[in-house]
Amino acid sequence: MTQASRPTLFVNARIVDPASGRDEPGELFVAGGRIAPPGPAGDALVVDCEGQALLPGLIDMRVSTGEPGSEHRETIRSAGNAAMRGGITSIVLQPDTSPVIDDAALVTYVRQRGLDQTRVRVLPAGACTRGLKGREMAELGLMDEAGAILFTNGAAPVRDTRVMQRILSYASAFGALVASRPEDPALAEGAVMHAGELASRLGLAGLPAAAETIIAERDIELAALTGGRLLLDMVSAEPTLERLERARARGIEVSASVSVHHLTLNETDVGDYRTFAKLSPPLRREQDRLALVDAVRSGLIEAVVSGHDPRPAEEKRLPFDEAAFGASALETLLPALLNLYHNGSVELIDLIRPVTSGPAQLLGLETGTLAQGAPADVILVDLGWPFRFDAATMVSKSRNSPYDGHRLQGRVLGTWVGGERVYSAD
Amino acid sequence: MTEPVLPPRQPFTRPHLLQIGDLNRLEALELLDRARLFLPFTQGRDKKLSVLKGRTLINLFFENSTRTQASFELAGKRMGADVVNMSVKSSSVAKGETLLDTAATLNAMGPDLLVIRHGASGAAQLLARKMVGCAVINAGDGKHEHPTQALLDAFTMLRTFGRVEGLTVAVCGDVLHSRVARSNVALLSMLGARVRLVGPPTLMPTDVGRWGADVFHDMRRGIAGADVVMMLRLQLERMDGGFVPSAREFFRFYGLDREKLALAAPGVRVMHPGPMNRGVEIDSDVADDERVSLIADQVESGVAVRMAVLEALASYGGNGRAGGAGDPA
Repeated sequence: MTQASRPTLFVNARIVDPASGRDEPGELFVAGGRIAPPGPAGDALVVDCEGQALLPGLIDMRVSTGEPGSEHRETIRSAGNAAMRGGITSIVLQPDTSPVIDDAALVTYVRQRGLDQTRVRVLPAGACTRGLKGREMAELGLMDEAGAILFTNGAAPVRDTRVMQRILSYASAFGALVASRPEDPALAEGAVMHAGELASRLGLAGLPAAAETIIAERDIELAALTGGRLLLDMVSAEPTLERLERARARGIEVSASVSVHHLTLNETDVGDYRTFAKLSPPLRREQDRLALVDAVRSGLIEAVVSGHDPRPAEEKRLPFDEAAFGASALETLLPALLNLYHNGSVELIDLIRPVTSGPAQLLGLETGTLAQGAPADVILVDLGWPFRFDAATMVSKSRNSPYDGHRLQGRVLGTWVGGERVYSAD
Repeated sequence: MTEPVLPPRQPFTRPHLLQIGDLNRLEALELLDRARLFLPFTQGRDKKLSVLKGRTLINLFFENSTRTQASFELAGKRMGADVVNMSVKSSSVAKGETLLDTAATLNAMGPDLLVIRHGASGAAQLLARKMVGCAVINAGDGKHEHPTQALLDAFTMLRTFGRVEGLTVAVCGDVLHSRVARSNVALLSMLGARVRLVGPPTLMPTDVGRWGADVFHDMRRGIAGADVVMMLRLQLERMDGGFVPSAREFFRFYGLDREKLALAAPGVRVMHPGPMNRGVEIDSDVADDERVSLIADQVESGVAVRMAVLEALASYGGNGRAGGAGDPA
């Protein structure tokens, strides 16, 4: 970020800061790119928030782009534009690109592309095994030094239990977070939606919740064995939450994320073979969704992610079995999430925590808070703004949104990164 | 020879026939009534009507099925339509994208009726959304549905028993992968039959208990007292230890032979959608016994039922498909 120019004073704001538990009317002063103690306005730019909510910029722990290798899906620049519009100021990029981000030079490359191409903070995740093949451990230490924010094996877990054990064990030496997408590969083979009555009626192969629980349980035990820091990446099923709760009670260092889709949609959204609702993990039963919402409310789940996975039309307008998984989601993360606030499911502060201070804590970031001294990543949001979401208006290069046509509420009016305004709704 | 005058039918209210759920009970019954009307035309010497004169029917088969394709072709020709067969072997075309590319190509040809068979569940739905002014008939999509098969099965029962309501029908074998089973459970239940599903747990879909049919893993119990035993085809590649240990073990427990059939109701009849795996799911002794087997009647019923379906879709007058039937895109 360049030298921050003029200080900014936000007045008449509803300050919502989960890190400190504040949700109150107030002002926020930003100087030198950071949140500053209240001071004389001087030559500061005054932003009248007109009572709208001022939140920390969102941190999205799970974003895929197509860069490098599949730039027709999404570039870092287009993802950045979508993120700013969605009120997201930091994005953790998945390593499953071409080439796979599995060494220090590539981590550096992605960081540099982030600086060159967008004003959103780009945080690369490193592959925990070479080529994401699940066999040999990648150079975790060197990637960590180069700025890899966490390590993951991408869309599939490390199949070999011993390899996973060693990754967690080795990474514990420098306190790195290791993410695992809990999904048993054998059970997942060929499965395209949640295994249940609907899948069997549609004649589609289903993925049972047990596929998730089995690997979650395995990795929890490995974390206990090694002292590694485990993140269960995008959990979807109620039984997994029971395992997570038990692991916490045993003092094991395990955290979990959930995608906003799994908090707001369920298997019936697949309806008549709607491929835009074909996600990995699959949308599950309503009772799973409710359990996930409870887990966000209680703090059992620390992070809510977009799971942004841009897929061009030609990968989605196919028979359901053949269509790609994934949803383009940076622009809908906040309004979709706010649905849970508007319908009374979760208090605003508890809903914003897993997209701000929750991920910041897991990743060891200074951002995600409005505390004095923190980098001034803030967003101004009209929480109640009602609109009918039209995917055709998306700025992401791929518009595969399951919310197309849905009625949503919440509009980002402005986005600031490091004290500089990078997006404005008008 | 002059053409007989058919009683008029009510305009059909659905733009496509993609699954049994597209029909209500009355519509299903009307289709069966019309099939009865058409049956003589499949048997007599003069087999040609002009109901669909000037209309074009395209048979689009992504999977090989000599029997179903021929049945639709005959039905179309007997109704006076021009029939074009396009068989697209999935090996020779890239999957997926081709389906919509094909839709674009077909739209340019302006067919009135399109019959599709495809290996992916939901393929007929996808195509129906993209076709302009053309009725789409699902002739089998993956593991989803095969609605004309269920209609012809119901029609065969109607011809044999004079009713479907109150019959106990045991559908046996590979229910998991069977679109025939899905369509039959939906249709036969709608028409008031008691449907049972019989097979090993590995060949039953998840939550099959909620389909409204009784589920049996013991075939002897499953067919006890049944009026109709409907055998499903078991794909041979599924018997190499994947779903069942072997063909001979499957035949021992789930193959239909005289001994098991003796447990069914007196006057029981046996059906099979074909093609049969003799000695795997059905004993030749049973399949070829004209006193119990309805397999030949099913084929005959197939043409009459498909004539009725083609007629119904051609009579559709709503605007659920852009342009309306007969309107070139």
